[in-house]
Amino acid sequence: MNADQARASLASTFGIDVAAAVPMVVSVSPDRWQELGRHAKEIVGCRFFNFLTAVDWKEQGLEVVARVDNLEDGVSLMLKTKLGPGVSNCASLTHVYRGANWMERECFDMFGIHFDNHPDLRRILLEDNWEGHPLLKSYAVDTPHPPYR
Amino acid sequence: MTLAALPPWLMAVIASFIVLNVVIGMVTYVTLLERKFAARMQSRIGPYRVGPHGLLQPIADALKLMMKEDVVPTAADRHVYNLAPIVFLIPCMLIFATIPFAPGLGVADVNIGILFFLAVSAMEIVGLFMAGWGSNNKYALLSAMRAVNQIISYDLPFIFSALVPVLLAGSLKMSDIAAVQQGSLLKWFIFYPVIGQLAFIMFIVSTLAAENRVPFDILEAESELVAGFRVEYSGMKFALIQLGEYAHMIGSSFLGALLFLGAWSGPGPEYLGPLWFLLKAMFVFLFVTWIRWSFVRIRVDQILALSWKALLPATLALLIATAVVVVWRTSAGI
Amino acid sequence: MLDVNETTRVEMDWSGPERLQMNMGPQHPSAHGVFRAILGLQGETVVDVDAVIGYLHRCHEKLSETLTYAQYPSIASKTDYVAAMTSEFAYVMAAEEIGKFEVPRRAQYLRVIVAELQRIASHLLWLGTWCMDMGGALGGGATIFLYCIREREDILDLFEALVGARLLYGFFQVGGTRYDIPDGWIEKCRATIDRIDSRVGEYEQMLEDNAFFLARTQGVGVVSRELAQDVGIAGPLLRGSGVNFDLRKNVPYSSYADFEFTVPVETAGDCYARYKVRMVEFREASGIIRQALDKLPSGPISSRPALKSVAQIRIPKGEAYARVEGPRGEVGSYIISDGSAKPYRMKWRGASFSNLSILPHIIPGHKVADVVAIMGSVDPVFGEVDR
Repeated sequence: MNADQARASLASTFGIDVAAAVPMVVSVSPDRWQELGRHAKEIVGCRFFNFLTAVDWKEQGLEVVARVDNLEDGVSLMLKTKLGPGVSNCASLTHVYRGANWMERECFDMFGIHFDNHPDLRRILLEDNWEGHPLLKSYAVDTPHPPYR
Repeated sequence: MTLAALPPWLMAVIASFIVLNVVIGMVTYVTLLERKFAARMQSRIGPYRVGPHGLLQPIADALKLMMKEDVVPTAADRHVYNLAPIVFLIPCMLIFATIPFAPGLGVADVNIGILFFLAVSAMEIVGLFMAGWGSNNKYALLSAMRAVNQIISYDLPFIFSALVPVLLAGSLKMSDIAAVQQGSLLKWFIFYPVIGQLAFIMFIVSTLAAENRVPFDILEAESELVAGFRVEYSGMKFALIQLGEYAHMIGSSFLGALLFLGAWSGPGPEYLGPLWFLLKAMFVFLFVTWIRWSFVRIRVDQILALSWKALLPATLALLIATAVVVVWRTSAGI
Repeated sequence: MLDVNETTRVEMDWSGPERLQMNMGPQHPSAHGVFRAILGLQGETVVDVDAVIGYLHRCHEKLSETLTYAQYPSIASKTDYVAAMTSEFAYVMAAEEIGKFEVPRRAQYLRVIVAELQRIASHLLWLGTWCMDMGGALGGGATIFLYCIREREDILDLFEALVGARLLYGFFQVGGTRYDIPDGWIEKCRATIDRIDSRVGEYEQMLEDNAFFLARTQGVGVVSRELAQDVGIAGPLLRGSGVNFDLRKNVPYSSYADFEFTVPVETAGDCYARYKVRMVEFREASGIIRQALDKLPSGPISSRPALKSVAQIRIPKGEAYARVEGPRGEVGSYIISDGSAKPYRMKWRGASFSNLSILPHIIPGHKVADVVAIMGSVDPVFGEVDR
């Protein structure tokens, strides 16, 4: 499915108007996040999972961003969902895209976002007894930590 | 000086003493030879600074190993761990007892020389497994398990390919086999039509595998098992294990030179015989080293498949063919 | 999940299957960096893999929020330190995309030349270390390793003449490049890539005529097309599994559309297929460099004035994701800018991070020796994995 068909199908299923750009940015509410992932993979044909990350917008809360590509037709989708202030739960895309496994573990490690139904949610880059989530804006760059043993 | 006046047991002790020292000296300098050879293959120079052209490098290495601290892991099985290098070393040194370096110049040229050699050289597996087990280390254990598999699988083709010259010569005594090949170049068993060449090739392949040389060195695959069964050894014990490995390798080279390349036959007067023997053994050793520095290693299941499915039937068939040819030639009077 | 806190004594359970838990620890000759794989073995077969990473984690993403757009490109090279040029490329391209800065033609050609030289150097290191892993540091692998390092030294000499550094450069800046090529560099470059082309042909022959090499690599570590796209691996791994996707052809950036080159694609998906893809990439990279050197335009090397203060480059509000085809795959940089001199959020899409996440899916079922061969063909660089 090419870019125009993708925009049409997204508009009809989710009721959002997607601007024509490369990549196409699609923003939904958190309860439709997994549905969006499935739609992108099965209907739009974006089978290549590029990355998944999060952004800390301070008072407005966290936002989860994912990018998927359709390599044959050249369609790229940037999927976003704003979790809202104070919320750090999100549905997991691991059952839709297997590559989301490690990416979501990294988001949990760095931002503290808990992904529901993730098969193996534990810290990936930092050690298991680390306190705090570094990439949050509230975590100072020079936060002291105990010496490494 | 009348050597014949000394009691025989004293002569045996002196001869063994001389042979052991010569073997240890040769082992240390063979490591330098291998390093220089490998370096030239890799377009570099090799040891160069210690002594002129690196000639004192083995001495420096030996001194360093002697000065190292002897570390025994706490959880290791002490007695097995400490005994393993010795149990590994003894068969590797014992094989030199039966090799005659010149007609009449050997420690114990027994009637069953070849049989003794092959039987004793297979005993090193005991020391190897003791080292792997006693270290209480999963890498060492894995390596020891692989070692048992591999060496047992390759000892059979080794024995069969070594028995081909025995059939051609008609005797198990090493000096008899060497004596049959004296006289002219074409009498060497490697030049025996078809059978000689095939037997030599199979002998080399089996030697590589029985010695844990690349491409069959999965036991000590540095990139997977990080030195395998000797990972927990340091200092003098490590030196003993290295000594044993290289001594076994040189012993097999001497065996190869004796079985296939005519031992001490060569141009010139008789007293140059041992020199020619040494040169031929070094040729076999360098051939094996050349293979070592050119190939990647293969996986353990592929190694075992090669042995049981290819090499063993081939050597068996070759042995039977040799027997047929020998009987036919004697009966036809050629 | 495996228990990482087992005691030291080996408990062999003779009553059940021979389960052994082995740690291919962070210190290991073939871990390609600091990487810990906890293998669950049944005899010699691996049944379970837990890949533990993070030993090289320096939190580049937090670091970039404290450094300006002028300061960070030199640090960006420390993610994929083996292919430092392509790492910087991604960051700088993302900043230029948000700010809509034009990069002059000469700078674009210089970037292409440097990126392709880096690709050759990185693949040489890959070939050397992979053969060394499979053949042993005291064996045939070391021979090929030393030959490849010898060729790589020539390329590093070229970089030293250009930038002044051998491994980690600060060549890219927002708007163009920082240095111009000195006299005599072009002739030296041509001579170097001619020499490397002929020698790579020799190594190819040495390996492909070798039955042992083929036995170790064919049929090992097969990645299916569907798994490759689902997990998100890129680069030679993706092209080795049959997906014809190369960023330089499909989404051309920085004047790659001016050059003619083919993209190798193999369908087998095993280690041998990935090896073949990378060997063809050697030749294609040399071809691109020759074309770029022939057509190199004259002109300025940067559209921005020379840097006089660290906070000089300001980028308007916006976000962009820029991707380059690094030697290991798609290296990407997702920058969200809030109008100041420092990014608000920067995400590194490391090629090796996605590539490494394929290991738990393909290793179970192989032997211990294959783990090393597969890891080598995946070719991770842990600066990119851990960032």
